Amino acid sequence: MLDAHKIKKDFPIFRQKFSGQPLVYLDSTASSQKPQAVIDAVSECYEKYYANVHRGIYQLSELASDAYEASRATVAKFIGATIREIIFTRNATESLNLIAFTWGKQNISEGDEIIITEMEHHANIVPWQQLTAEKKAKLHYWPITDEGRLDLDKLDALLNGRTKLVSLSHMSNVLGTINPVKDIIKKIRKYRSDIVISIDGAQSLPHIPVNVVDIDADFYSFSSHKMLGPAGVGVLYGKAEILESMPPFLTGGDMITKVTFEGAEWNDIPFKFEAGTPNIAGVIGLAAAINYLEDLGMDNVYQHEQDLTAKVFSELLKIDGLKLFGPKDIKDRGAIFSFTLGDIHPHDLASILDEQGVAIRAGHHCAQPLHQRFGIEATGRASFYIYNTDEDIKSLIEGLKKAQELFSL
Amino acid sequence: MSFDMYREIIMDHYKNPRNFGAIKNADGQATKDNPLCGDSIQITYSVGKEKLSDIKFNGTGCSISLAGASVLTENIKGKKFDEVKNYTDEDFMKDLTVPISPARRKCALLGLRALRQAMDIEQHEN
Repeated sequence: MLDAHKIKKDFPIFRQKFSGQPLVYLDSTASSQKPQAVIDAVSECYEKYYANVHRGIYQLSELASDAYEASRATVAKFIGATIREIIFTRNATESLNLIAFTWGKQNISEGDEIIITEMEHHANIVPWQQLTAEKKAKLHYWPITDEGRLDLDKLDALLNGRTKLVSLSHMSNVLGTINPVKDIIKKIRKYRSDIVISIDGAQSLPHIPVNVVDIDADFYSFSSHKMLGPAGVGVLYGKAEILESMPPFLTGGDMITKVTFEGAEWNDIPFKFEAGTPNIAGVIGLAAAINYLEDLGMDNVYQHEQDLTAKVFSELLKIDGLKLFGPKDIKDRGAIFSFTLGDIHPHDLASILDEQGVAIRAGHHCAQPLHQRFGIEATGRASFYIYNTDEDIKSLIEGLKKAQELFSL
Repeated sequence: MSFDMYREIIMDHYKNPRNFGAIKNADGQATKDNPLCGDSIQITYSVGKEKLSDIKFNGTGCSISLAGASVLTENIKGKKFDEVKNYTDEDFMKDLTVPISPARRKCALLGLRALRQAMDIEQHEN
């Protein structure tokens, strides 16, 4: 069991007051807050051993390079990968774009087909729309049920001889649905073993234990800033043999072994995909975030959020006129709650909650097609993480009731 | 102004919008959307001699965008064309009389944006 009150003390931001009240932060799905350990790791890098990596002969550069590469090892171990399969990017969006711009351009041709789902974040839609438009390929959307789950039987109708790639999220950033990616991948592999499978793990990795080898994904993308780490760092995991076959993404320094006036030779993976000076301190901060999460234990993180989910559910469903999207069964569901409340516009909900120091998100959460699917423009979204307590749930419920009172026509 | 007074003005216009509806045989109309949240405001107007003789708004949205459009129609109705043309975002914010957080400013200004589009006035900021 996690002690969220104790955890909260590790996060300096919670010492601040908003609207004269303690901060109730319910927008970790957009970006998480940072513990002191992460802030310290970033500061320490700049204070004690900062220099560019992979270049200097001097001691300082070696220290920085060692810390940077040790962070890569930390990330690899966290998801069950090998070190050379971890590529640092700017965020999960860039990781997904990297796949589209390199593997995609090399392997997708006219008439080929890509499958994504109706529940994707724009980051896992637009790169594939662009790629299929450019290559005259087809993009299919795997439908979801009214409860916000993928309909496994409907996948059969979409798979065919031209299917080259399936890309889907591990956890929906709107519905909270945790997709059974291991079963899905097994099913796809059984159909045809050469279909490449990319998993958008931006929402799942911060909240549930993940082993990329166990689920057998070809690619797995995620962002540091959603998992307690600094913003500006993302990760792309790719199976080594696939990464080796791919052309580079951005070109320039560090990703080459040799440059002449005539051309260049590419460096080995993962460096082939890391052109230019990376976000050194950010990567080191991500490793500190992973250490923090591992100290808590990812099973405990998941259990804490399951407990919160059960409580939030029972409270939310008591509110008249509240419509909750996503699975009603808390199993295989994250602590992300998107909802509408009567006719109250989500922006008004968010503003009224903000007056009480409660931060929720309002809008389409970068998933407009999904909102279209449900025939709505926008929802309010409250999302929970390790530092959220029962009191936070209470503040949310009180805020929603207050909004209801104010807007009663 | 206290927060409750602010809320009272917004809620008053939200619940009892002024000049709500559409003018039949209007001299001009335009609709502006805020794609991020689905707000949509339509403005219709008719002109008299050198002035805006009537204006109405229609639409769906949050309390700030609807109240904003309502306050706008109240304040702009009967103004001369020159005055409408020179009516800035800041003028509107003053007429609204309530402080709007930066995040909601776009909502408040949606009606004015629609009016300017309807009258072919440049969307000058400030």
